[in-house]
Amino acid sequence: MTNETLAGYANVSLYSAMAVFTIAMLCHAVYLAGLLPARDRAVDRSAGKAVAADRAADRELVGAAAAPAGTGVDAPGADATSADARGADATGADATGADATGAAEPASHDDVPSRARAAAGIASTTTWLGGMLLLLSVVLRGLSVDRWPLGNMFEFAVMGSMFTSLAYSIWSLKRDLRWLGLFITGPILLVLGMAVRVWYTEAAELLPSLQSYWLVIHVTVAVLATAVFTIGAAATAVYLVKDAFARSGRSSVLDRFPDAPALERTAYGLYIVAFPLWTFTLIAGAIWAREAWASYWNWDPKEVWTFVIWVVYAAFLHSRATSGISRQTASYIALAGYACIIVNFAVVNVFFVGQHSYSGL
Amino acid sequence: MAQQTKDVTQDVTQPSLGAVGWLRWMWRQLTSMRTALFLLLLLAIGALPGSIWPQRSIDAARTADYIANHPKAGPWLDRFGFFEVYASPWFAAIYLLLFISLVGCVLPRSKVHWKAMRSTPPRAPARPERLPSSATTETEAEPEVVLAAAREVFKGTRFRTHAHDTTSISAEKGYLKETGNLVFHLSLIFVIVGVAVGHLFGWKGDVIVPVGKTFANSLIQYDTFSPGPWVDPSSLSPFRIKVDKLDATFEENVTGRGQFGQPRDFTAHVTTVAEPGATPKQSTIKVNHPLEMQGAGVFLLGNGYAPVITVRDKDGNATYSGPVPFLAQDNNYTSVGAVKVPGAQPKQLGFSGLFLPTAVIDKEKGPTSIFPDAKKPALALTLFEGTLFPGGRPQSVYVLDTAEMTQVKTAKGQPLRIWLEPGKTFTLPGDRGSITFDGVDRFAGLSIRHDPGKYVTLVAALLALGGLIASLVIRRRRVFVRVSPAQDGGRTVVTVGGLAKGDDDGLQEVVEDVLGAVERRLGTST
Repeated sequence: MTNETLAGYANVSLYSAMAVFTIAMLCHAVYLAGLLPARDRAVDRSAGKAVAADRAADRELVGAAAAPAGTGVDAPGADATSADARGADATGADATGADATGAAEPASHDDVPSRARAAAGIASTTTWLGGMLLLLSVVLRGLSVDRWPLGNMFEFAVMGSMFTSLAYSIWSLKRDLRWLGLFITGPILLVLGMAVRVWYTEAAELLPSLQSYWLVIHVTVAVLATAVFTIGAAATAVYLVKDAFARSGRSSVLDRFPDAPALERTAYGLYIVAFPLWTFTLIAGAIWAREAWASYWNWDPKEVWTFVIWVVYAAFLHSRATSGISRQTASYIALAGYACIIVNFAVVNVFFVGQHSYSGL
Repeated sequence: MAQQTKDVTQDVTQPSLGAVGWLRWMWRQLTSMRTALFLLLLLAIGALPGSIWPQRSIDAARTADYIANHPKAGPWLDRFGFFEVYASPWFAAIYLLLFISLVGCVLPRSKVHWKAMRSTPPRAPARPERLPSSATTETEAEPEVVLAAAREVFKGTRFRTHAHDTTSISAEKGYLKETGNLVFHLSLIFVIVGVAVGHLFGWKGDVIVPVGKTFANSLIQYDTFSPGPWVDPSSLSPFRIKVDKLDATFEENVTGRGQFGQPRDFTAHVTTVAEPGATPKQSTIKVNHPLEMQGAGVFLLGNGYAPVITVRDKDGNATYSGPVPFLAQDNNYTSVGAVKVPGAQPKQLGFSGLFLPTAVIDKEKGPTSIFPDAKKPALALTLFEGTLFPGGRPQSVYVLDTAEMTQVKTAKGQPLRIWLEPGKTFTLPGDRGSITFDGVDRFAGLSIRHDPGKYVTLVAALLALGGLIASLVIRRRRVFVRVSPAQDGGRTVVTVGGLAKGDDDGLQEVVEDVLGAVERRLGTST
C-alpha cells in the first residue's frame, strides 16, 4: 500500500528543510548580532558625540536615528523602561534619555545596519523556504501512505514544525517579527533533529484505532494549537528576559526589541488564539474517544496531561485578568503550561502506559 | 505583618466580625479571583498523580502489581488515594471548591451584566481627550449636526448610544464579551452535570464472545459489569448479538522499525436482534465504528484467539469440546489461558498454558509468538488434576486455581509438557485420555456502554467553546463624542475619546475611524 519512493522523497524534503532552517537560524542570529554595534553607535550619538558621522556606515544611522527622535517625545507607545535603561547607559541628562527613546523603538527599517538587514532578509526567505519544504514533506508522506500524515510522533513533530514556521512567516507579513526568528527556527531545528534521530517511524498505514476522520480534526487542531503555543512561549520567554534586563538596568541587544509590555501583549494575543484551539482539541478528542474507546473520558495519561495543560493556560488567562498579579507571574504560569506541553509530547507518549500509544517507538 | 496587626488591635477598637461576618468573609475569600487561580493550579497538580501511578479504575491488575512490588510506599500511596486519584476525597475537594468558587463568582457577575445590558452607556467625560485614546478635529458644522452625524455613525457600527447632555454622545459595544465569559463558565457547570448523570445512570459491561457464539444483553452474560449507583441492572434492553466472523489484519509489508506486526484492521461481522422476535440484521463493528443498539453502544475493544479444543476420556468420549478464549499478553498475541474439564474421571483435569499464533521456541524466553497473525499456531500446555473449583469460589476463566490440584509429571519426574499444532492429538499418560487441537477461532472483546449524560456534556462543552471564543475575541469599548465651540467662534471642536476594558491595541484605530466617519458624513451632508 505504501509508496516507498514517495516516502523517500518526503525524507529528502525533510532533510532539505533542516539544512534551510540551519541557514535561517544562523541568519537570524547574525541579524541580532548585527543590531549590537548599531545600538552602541546610537548611544554614542545620543551622548552628544556625533563624531561617527565621518564613518560611511554610520551616516545612514545618524540620519535615521534623528528622524524618530523628533516623534519619540509624543509617540504614545514610547518605551519608558528601555528609555530608562538607555538613559542610564548613556550617562546623559533627561534630554538624552528622551532622545534615546526614539532610537529604542522597535528596530524600524532605517534603523538597522545594512548587514543585519541583509541577514534578516535571507533569514525571512529561508524560513519561508523551510516551511514550504516541510509542507512538501508532509504532503509527500501523506501521499506515500495514502492517509492523513499524523499517525505517530515523527509525523506529529514534522507537521508541528511546519505549522510553527509557516505561522511565524505568515504573521511576519503583517508585523516586524525579526526579533523572534532565532527563537522560532532554533526550536524547530531541535524538534526536527529529534524527529529524525529519535522518533523516526517508517511510512505505513494506521492502527485501527487511528482510522477515523477524527484523526484529521482532533490531531491537526492539536498540532496547530501546539504550534501557536510554541510561538507564544518563545515570545513570553523573550519578554521575561527583556523585562529582567530592563529592571537590572543592563543594556543588551534586547533594547532593540519591541518594548516589554508590547512583547507581553504579543504573547497574550497568541495564547488567546491557541487556548480555544486547545479547548477544541479536548472536546474533539472526547468525541473521538467515545467512538473508539466507548467512553468520552478515560483519565488516560494523555487525556490527563491535555486537561492539565488546559487548566494551566486557563490559570494563565485568569492570572492576567486578576489585578494584583503581575504580568511576570502570569507569564511564568504560561511557561509552566508550555512545559506541560513538552512533557505531554516527549514524555507521556513514550514512557507512560496508556491508550494513546501511537508513538511508533 | 502579624506584629503590625497586633499593634493596630491594641489602638483601635475593631468591630467584631461575628459568625455571619466570618461566613461572609470566607465566602468572599472563596469566590475571589485569587482563590480561583490557586484552585485551578491545584487542580492541575492534583490531576498529575493519576498519570504517573497506575489507576485501579483503569488497570486493576497493574495497580495490584505496583503495590506488591512497593511494599513500603504502595500501601501509603493507596491510603492517600494515589491509585484512585479521580475518585479520591482530596481531588473531589479541589474541584468542588473550584465549582463553588465559580458559581459564587459567576452568579453575581451575571446579575451585574444583566443590569449593564439593560442600562445606557455612562455619561461622557468632560474632557474625552484625556482618555487613553482620543482624536480631535474642528469643523464648520453646528454642534447638533455633528452629534446627529455621530449618532448615525454609531448606529452603523452597532454601538449602543445615549446622550446624557446636549453636547455629547456616549456609545458602547461589545456586551457579548461578558455574555460569552458567563456562558463559558456556566456551561462548565453543565459539563459536570452531564458527567454526574453519566456516572449515576450509566453502566458499562465487557464480554468476550467467541466467533459463532451469541451474546444476550443481560447481567449474567457479562464477564464484568459496572453499573452506576442508580441503575437497575435487571432492566437492560434485551438485544442479542451473534459474532459470525472476526477479521484481523496486521502489517506484513512494511518491515521498518515500529510498524511490522502492527494491527491494521479489526472487523467483527455480527447478526443483531434488537429485541426478542425482531428480524435479525447483519452489521459490522469496527474500532471507531461502534454499533448503536437500543440504549447502548457496542464497541469492539479487544480481540484474541480462541483455539477449539476437544478433550476425550480413555474410551474416546468427549468430556470437553469448544473454543477456549486465551488472553493476549503482548503485541504478538502470546496468549495465556486454561482449559477446565470438570467432567473428567476419576479426577478433574485442568490444562494451563500458552497459545502462540506464530510459534517459536526462544532459547531464553521459551515458547513465544513472533507475529500476531495465526501463521504457525501452537498450544503449549501443562496438565493439572484434582479439584478445579475449591470451595466453589469464583475464579478467572483464564487461570487455573491450583490450590487443590497437582501437576501431572512424566516418568522422569519432569512436568508434563504438551505441544499441539492444529489437527494434532496428544495422548495423556496414565489412561487420562487425550486432548485435540481442532483449529483456531478468534473472539471479539465487546464493551457495551450506556451513558445518558453524554449529550448534556457535549452540548455544554460546545457552548463553553463558543462562549470562550466570544469572550476572548470580542472587545468591550466605550467611545464618547463631545462637541464644544472653538475659540475663534463659529466653528465646532469635535473630540472623540475611547475607553476599553483591558489592553486594546485597536482602540485608537476605532476612535479615529469614528472621527473619520463623522467627518465624511458632515462633508457629504454640507
